[in-house]
Amino acid sequence: MARERYRFNTPAGRVFDVVNVVLLSLLGIVALLPFVFVAAGSFATESELATRSFFLWPETFSLRAYESILTSPAFLRAMVTTILVTAVGTVIQLLLTASMAYPLSKANLPGRRIMLSLIVFTMVFSGGMIPTFLMVKDLGLLNTYWALVLPMAINPFSLIIIKNFFQQLPNELEESAKIDGANELQTLWSVILPLSKPVLATFALFYAVGIWNDFMSPLLYLNDNSMWTLQMFLRQVTVATDLSIVEADPSQLPPAQGIKFAVIVVATLPILLFYPFLQKHFAKGMLIGSVKG
Amino acid sequence: MVVLDRSVAATEALVVPPRKRRKGVRVHFTQFKWLYLLLLPGIIYFALFRYGPMYGAIIAFKDYVPFLGIADSQWVGFQHFDAFFASPDFTRLLANTLILALLSLLIAFPLTIVVAILLNELRVTLVKRSVQTLIYIPHFLSWTVVASLTYLLFALDVGPLFQLINNVFGTNVDFLTDPAWFRPIIVLQDIWKNTGWGTIIFLAALASVDQEQYEAAIIDGAGRFQRVWHITLPSIMPTVVVMLVLQMGQVLNTGFEQIYLMTNSLNRQVADVFDTYVYFMGITQGSYSYSTAVGLFKALVGVVLIFGANWIARRFNQTGIF
Repeated sequence: MARERYRFNTPAGRVFDVVNVVLLSLLGIVALLPFVFVAAGSFATESELATRSFFLWPETFSLRAYESILTSPAFLRAMVTTILVTAVGTVIQLLLTASMAYPLSKANLPGRRIMLSLIVFTMVFSGGMIPTFLMVKDLGLLNTYWALVLPMAINPFSLIIIKNFFQQLPNELEESAKIDGANELQTLWSVILPLSKPVLATFALFYAVGIWNDFMSPLLYLNDNSMWTLQMFLRQVTVATDLSIVEADPSQLPPAQGIKFAVIVVATLPILLFYPFLQKHFAKGMLIGSVKG
Repeated sequence: MVVLDRSVAATEALVVPPRKRRKGVRVHFTQFKWLYLLLLPGIIYFALFRYGPMYGAIIAFKDYVPFLGIADSQWVGFQHFDAFFASPDFTRLLANTLILALLSLLIAFPLTIVVAILLNELRVTLVKRSVQTLIYIPHFLSWTVVASLTYLLFALDVGPLFQLINNVFGTNVDFLTDPAWFRPIIVLQDIWKNTGWGTIIFLAALASVDQEQYEAAIIDGAGRFQRVWHITLPSIMPTVVVMLVLQMGQVLNTGFEQIYLMTNSLNRQVADVFDTYVYFMGITQGSYSYSTAVGLFKALVGVVLIFGANWIARRFNQTGIF
C-alpha cells in the first residue's frame, strides 16, 4: 500500500529522494558525532588533546583518564549513589503509579471523576519551585536521598497512560479471578501486573532515565557534596572545571582534560546501553496510552 | 409487550425492596475497600507534593518567616508582586524568556515538522530506521551531559566548534561567555536534543493519512511536492495545532536545567529567565516569599496561555486539546 505512493515519480522527485537520503543521514551523523568525539577523547593522551582539536580516533591509546576517575573515591561514591537511588527510586515510583492507576481504571469507583480532574489539573498548574522546596524541607527530607525520589514519584502523564492501559484489558480476566475468591489487591498483583509487563517496563525505563538524569533535585535538595549524584559531579568537572572534587592521587598530575571526557562517557554509557530496550518499547507504550477512555 | 414489561417492573418492585440510602453507602465502601486502599498512597503523594505546594504558594502574599511557618506568617497582600513588576528585573526576564520561547517556536517547532515529513518521504526503510534510531538518542541524555558536550565543543581555543566557526569567519569569539551567543547556543542545544524525539508524534499522524488520497492525486498528475503540500500537510494540521497549543502553555517554562547550566557571570544579562531567577532569589538568597510570587505569576500566565491558545484553536475550527 505504502509503495503505491512512490510509483509515480518525476525526475525531480528522484533527485529529491537522493537529496533526502543524504540530508537525513547527515542529521543522524550530527546526532552521533559528539559521542564519538568524546569517546575518542577519553582514550587519548593529554598531549594529543592539547594539540589536536578534533579527532574520532586517538593516535595513542591511554587509559589514564579512566584510571584517575575510577580510583577517585568521590567519583565512585557518586556512581554507587546514583545507581542505588535510581534502582530503588524506580521501583518505588512504578509501584506508586501502578497502584494508583488500577483503582482509577475502574469506571464504577465512586469519586473517580473528581480524582482524575484533580490529577489533570496538576499538569497545567503547580505550586512552583520554592513551595515544593519548602514542603520537602518541612517534611525533613532535605539532605536525604528520598528528596530525589518522592517529590516526583508519580508522573501524571504516565499515571493516565497506565490507567488507560488497565482499562482496555478484558474484564473477564478480573471476573474469573473474583470467582476464584481473589480480592482486588490479589487480582492486581497476580493477574493485572503480569499482563502489563511491557507497559510497566516502558515506564520503569522512563522513570529510571528521569532519576539518573535529574540535576535539579540534587541541586535543590542536597547541600552536602559527599552526597552528590553523578550529574552533580559531572557538572562540577566539566562546567565549573573544578577538578579538586576528583580527589585524584596527589603524587601524579591528573589528566585534567581527559577526565572531563571520561566522566561524560561514564555518565552517558548506561543510557546508551539501555537505549535498545527503551527504543523497543517507547513507541508501543506511547501508542497504547493514546486509546481514549 | 408494554403490559408485560410493566408487570415485570411491578413484580421486581415487590420482590426487591428499595435500598435505604445509608446502607447503600456502606455497601459501596466495603465493596471498594481494597481499591481505596490501593489509591491511598497515590492520594497522599498528590496531597503532599502537588497540592501541598499549591497551598504553600500563599506565601507569595505573606512575609514568610521559616520560624513562624506558612500559616502564621504575616499577610502582606500584593507587596511582592508590586515590587517585582516595579523592578528592572521584570522587563529583562520577560524579554529573555519570550525571545527564547519565540526562537524555539519559529525555528525548532517547524524544523521538527520538516524532519518528520522528510522521514515520511524516505523510501529506503533501512535508512529510515537507522536515522530514527540515531536522532532519538539525544532526548534521553541529561542536560548536564548536553551542557558538558557544549563546553567541550566550544571550549576557548581548543574546542573543535570554537576553532571551526572562528576560522571560517575570521573572528575570535568566546561562545560560552559572549552574551550575543547565549541564545543561538540554547536554540542549538534544544534542536540537537529534542528535534528527533519531537518527530515521533508527527510520524504517527503521518502514518494515519489515508493512502487512497495519494493514489487519487497521482492519477490527477500531482508531483511529490504537490502531494506533500495538498495532502500531507492538511492531514497533519490537527496534530500541529494540538502541539502548538501545548507549546503555548510552555512559553514561560524555559528549561531550568538547561539555562542554569549555561548561565555564567558574563552572560547573566541575557541568560536570566523566570525559572532561574526564582532559584537564585529563593534558594541562593533566601527571599522565599518574593521568589514564590515570581513563580506564581509565571504559573498563572502559563494557565492563561494554554486555555487562551486552546480557545483560539477552537475558534479557527481546529480541534483543541480540551
